[in-house]
Amino acid sequence: MADALDPTLSWNVVHDAGELLEYHFMVNALLAGSVVAVMAGVVGWLMVLRGEAFAGHTLSMMAFPGAAAAALVGVPGAWGYFLFCGAGAGAIARISGSERFSWSEQSAGIGSVQALALALGFLFVSLYGGVLGDLESLLFGDLLGVSDGQVLVLAIVAAIALAALAALARPLLFASVDAGVAAARGVPVRLLSLAFLLLLGLAVGATSQITGVLLVFALLVAPAASAQALTARPLVSLALTVALALLVVWLGLGIAYFSIYPAGFFVATVAFAVYVLARLIAYARARALG
Amino acid sequence: MLGQEFMRNALLAGTFVALACGVSGWFVVLRGQVFAGDALSHVAFPGALAAAAAGVDQRIGLFVATIAAGAAIGMLGRGVLAGGRGNDTAIGIAFTFILGLGVFFLALAGTSAAGASGIAGAHTLFGSIFGLSAGEARLAAAVGLGAVLATAAIARPLLFSSVAPDVAAARGVPTRLLALAFVALLGVVAAEATQAVGALLLLGLLAAPAAAAHRLTRAPFAGVALAGLLAVGVTWGGLVLAYEIPSLPPSTAIVALAVGAYGVAALLDGRPHR
Repeated sequence: MADALDPTLSWNVVHDAGELLEYHFMVNALLAGSVVAVMAGVVGWLMVLRGEAFAGHTLSMMAFPGAAAAALVGVPGAWGYFLFCGAGAGAIARISGSERFSWSEQSAGIGSVQALALALGFLFVSLYGGVLGDLESLLFGDLLGVSDGQVLVLAIVAAIALAALAALARPLLFASVDAGVAAARGVPVRLLSLAFLLLLGLAVGATSQITGVLLVFALLVAPAASAQALTARPLVSLALTVALALLVVWLGLGIAYFSIYPAGFFVATVAFAVYVLARLIAYARARALG
Repeated sequence: MLGQEFMRNALLAGTFVALACGVSGWFVVLRGQVFAGDALSHVAFPGALAAAAAGVDQRIGLFVATIAAGAAIGMLGRGVLAGGRGNDTAIGIAFTFILGLGVFFLALAGTSAAGASGIAGAHTLFGSIFGLSAGEARLAAAVGLGAVLATAAIARPLLFSSVAPDVAAARGVPTRLLALAFVALLGVVAAEATQAVGALLLLGLLAAPAAAAHRLTRAPFAGVALAGLLAVGVTWGGLVLAYEIPSLPPSTAIVALAVGAYGVAALLDGRPHR
C-alpha cells in the first residue's frame, strides 16, 4: 500500500501533514485513533491507579475469542468482542473481589481465565478454518483499514464509557485510593469494582479493533504510567495522560504513513519511548531534590 | 495410538515440558509473578519471528527473547522480582513494547516469505505439539528435565526467600540473585513450553495447575509435587482428547483441562471466609 502511494518525507512539516490528510483512510485512522486515545487514556489512568494492569491485559485478550467466535457464528465481530469482554470482566470481578484470596492467588485466577479464553479462541479459529491470514490483523490491528462506520461506533462507545466514568468518578476514585475507608463509609466497593471492569472491557473491546488485541495495552498503560510518574495531582495527571495518549497515536500513525512497517509497531514504540522519558525525568527530579 | 510416531514425540515432549511448567509455576504463583510469567510467554512470539527474519533457528530467538525480557522487566521495576500488585505497570509496558517489535519482525519476515511467516507465527502463538520431530521432542524433554532439576536445586532457598524475603536476606540468603536466577529459569521454561502449547497458551500450564495445587494444599513440597503431577496429567489428557477428536487442537484441550482442574480445586477448597 505504501509503495503505491509513494509517500515522501520532506523537511516541510506542514506540507507533509497536508499530504497525510489528503487520504480518506488516513483521516479515518487519525479520527479513530484520537477517539481511542482519549478513551484508553482515561480508563487506563484509573486502571493504573487501581493496580489492575493484569486484569486489563486479560480483558484485552478476551477480544480474540470474541472475534473468533463471531466469525464462526457469522455475526459482526464487535458483538463477540463485547460479549467476551463482559463475561471476562464478570469472572475477574468475582475472583479479585473476594477478600479471601491473596494477591498472588487472585492473579493466578486471572491468569487461568486468560488462558481459557485464549484456548477457546484458538479452538474457534481452527473450527472456522483458514482464517489464519486474518489472525495477524486480529492480534495486531488494522489501523489503516478503519471504515466510516467503525469510527462512528467507536465514538458512540467512547461517549458511553466516558459518561459512565464521569457519573462514577467520585466514589470510584475514593474506592481506588483507599478501598478500606471507602467501604467503611458505605461506598459499594465491590459493585464499583465490577462496574469499572465492565467499562474497562468496553474500552478494550473498542480499542482492540484498531490497535489489535495484543497492543491495546500500549495505549491503556503507557500514557497513564508516564503521567503518574510525572505528577501526583489527580486532575493534572489525568489531563496529561490524555494528551500523551493523543501524542502517541498521532506520532505513531504519522511515522507509519511514511514507512513500510505496520502502525501498531510505531504506536507501541512511541508509547514505550514516552514512558522511558517520563521515568528518566522523574528520576532526574528526584535526584535534584536530593 | 502409541503406534503413531508423532503421538510418542508429543507425549515425550509434553510430559517433561508440563512437569517443568507445573513445578516452576508453583513458585510463580507463590511469588505473585503470574503476570511476569505471562509477559515472558508473550515475548516468545517476537523472539521466534526475529529469528525467522534473521534466518536462524527459531529456538535461539525464543530463548534470547524470553531471557532478555526477564532482565528488562527486572530493570524497569526494581521491586518486580519480588512480585506484587504495583509492578504490573512496568511489566505491561515492557512487554507491549516487545510485542510491538514482534509486529515489526512479522512485517520484516513477511516481505521475503509472506505465507511461511504467517504459518510460523500461528505455530509460535498456539504451539504445534503434534508436529514435533523425534529430535525436537528429545531436546524439549531434556530442557524440561534440566529446568525441573534446576528448580529443585534452588528450591529450599527460593522458598525461604519467597515466603520471608527479609528474614532470608538477614540470614545471608542471596535473595536478589535467587530472584534473577528464577526469572531466567522461567524464561527457559517459557521458551521450551512455547513449542508445546504456544506463546499465548503457556499461562494455562504455568498458572492453572499451580494455582490448583495452592488451593488444595499448603504444604510446600507436596504442593510442588501436586502442581507437577496435575500439569503432566492434564497434558496427557489433552493429548489423548485431541487425538480422539481431530477438530480439537491439542493446545486448547490441554489448557481447557488445566483450567478445569483449577475450577474443581477452587470448588473443593473449603477454606473459611476470612
